[in-house]
Amino acid sequence: MTEALARGPFVRALRRGAGGRTLPVLTVLLAIGIVWYVAAIGMNAQWVRDQAARSDTELSIPAFIGQTLTLDRPVLPAPHQVAAGLWDGLAGQKITSKRSLVYHGWMTLSATLAGFAMGSLAGMVLAIGIVHSRAMDQSVMPWAVASQTVPILAIAPMVIVVFASAGVTGLLPKAIIAAWLSFFPVLVGMVKGLRTPDAMQLDLMRSWSASARQVFWRLRLPSSMPYLFASLKVGVAAALVGTIVGELPAGASSGLGARLLSGSYYGQTVQIWAALFTAAALAALLVATISLIERLTLTRMGLAR
Amino acid sequence: MTGALAGTLPILAVWAGGWALNAWLARFDTRLTRILVAAIFGITVIVLWEMIVRIYRVPTVILPAPGQIAASFAANTAILWTDFVQTIVKGALTGWLIGAAAAILTAIAIDRSPFLQRGLLPIGNFVAALPIVGIAPILVMWFGFDWQSKAAVVVVMVFFPILVNMVAGLAATDAMQRDLMATWAAPYGASLWKLRLPAAMPFLFNGLKITTTLALIGAIVAEFFGSPTHGMGFRISTAVGRLDLPLVWAEILVAAIAGTLFYGLVALIEKKVTFWHPSQRA
Repeated sequence: MTEALARGPFVRALRRGAGGRTLPVLTVLLAIGIVWYVAAIGMNAQWVRDQAARSDTELSIPAFIGQTLTLDRPVLPAPHQVAAGLWDGLAGQKITSKRSLVYHGWMTLSATLAGFAMGSLAGMVLAIGIVHSRAMDQSVMPWAVASQTVPILAIAPMVIVVFASAGVTGLLPKAIIAAWLSFFPVLVGMVKGLRTPDAMQLDLMRSWSASARQVFWRLRLPSSMPYLFASLKVGVAAALVGTIVGELPAGASSGLGARLLSGSYYGQTVQIWAALFTAAALAALLVATISLIERLTLTRMGLAR
Repeated sequence: MTGALAGTLPILAVWAGGWALNAWLARFDTRLTRILVAAIFGITVIVLWEMIVRIYRVPTVILPAPGQIAASFAANTAILWTDFVQTIVKGALTGWLIGAAAAILTAIAIDRSPFLQRGLLPIGNFVAALPIVGIAPILVMWFGFDWQSKAAVVVVMVFFPILVNMVAGLAATDAMQRDLMATWAAPYGASLWKLRLPAAMPFLFNGLKITTTLALIGAIVAEFFGSPTHGMGFRISTAVGRLDLPLVWAEILVAAIAGTLFYGLVALIEKKVTFWHPSQRA
């Protein structure tokens, strides 16, 4: 029996998990969950104690813990409360409802995607210019680097207000903030990638008397792809952050950032956490999508490791 | 129409002049001309900005001219200074120091356990990519409106990028070097202090540099969720409400200068600490 178990697929999977990533990650996640529950009990305890003192009731320990985990507006909602809030937001509402996380998530996602497309395109075009023109390299690159020391998100509220005063509201202002944030990682990664071909490879192209265009399409562009995808992943995550921050000021009424802000105004902690987890899931989804495209592209190009 | 056309000519002239000068200078490619080219590009952009705003009479609400921003900067230095102290010195810097220290200590603590490393690194990488700014409203609720809540946001924002870099750095020594330490019978403490910490420094500074801007962003954005009546985030949101755009831009200028200095300072310390690394010797 034990021998059969020792050779069984379950144990083998377990061993592989311990050597690989699954088991350690699950362990850490479990630890986080436990810490979270303990913290939720601890942080909500004061409120429950005050309530009990006010109504002059003596609480048994299980009842006390039970109350800390089921508060309406907890200081720290327990994981299952967040899950319930998420479920209600995702599936419990009509998709068009103002209380649906699908609606708000889509508002954020559409602006993120539009901004990411603009930003990464601008980054790629500028990178191509920089690689081909020394004057452009020396003029633009230092300022592109310096522009990143500006906390761009600080400009977000201003961009929103400026566009609103010009009569432009909705998706575009948010998308521009997202574009500005995703532009830099793509620019840097693409410049680095376009410069990876070494002198030997460039010489070989020259000995075949390849034109500049051919060098670009046949050598530089393909060898920049791994760098490009690495920076696209950074850029899309940054674009999402930019969109969410763009939704904070000027009283935007839709999007995950607006959910965060209204949750903080009315002390709806569960709403904040649910919006936060939706944003996290969106970020993970976006990065995973780009990883998938990366794998497909690199495999097709014979570059996959 | 003719007015607009007449306005375009000097703008194009300045642009073409600056560009021609740069194209000519770029050919020399020395240290001096590189700085010159970057400076000329920056100055050209500012001059063009001023010209476009003046010639086309762009409303201040949409885009103030650099001159107006400079005037507002000079007129509001007292306000800008209190905001700087509140947001950047108290909020961002404190939070960054605490977060970096916590991340380094955590990295050393999990360094001895490959199991924990394998478990924590994917999660750390994942969390580092999440929109962590979103926790700002929660932390403002927990820690109050003053700078402590901003520092807390910054701590959480900078923790994971530094942690991931530091863990990778501590694992960056090769087997030969570790074996050498073992043949000298070096205890864990000695091999950590003499070999692994120095080897981790380039990775650590990479994380520290990335997080300098994150720290400023965290501190400013957290102020949108509630702040005392000073601070850069507070000033930006109220000045935008009053359409005092020159003041907003002056705050942004402060943030940009502070961000550049902060990054430069960390890069300078990096240079001193990791002088032996190939990337610094080039």
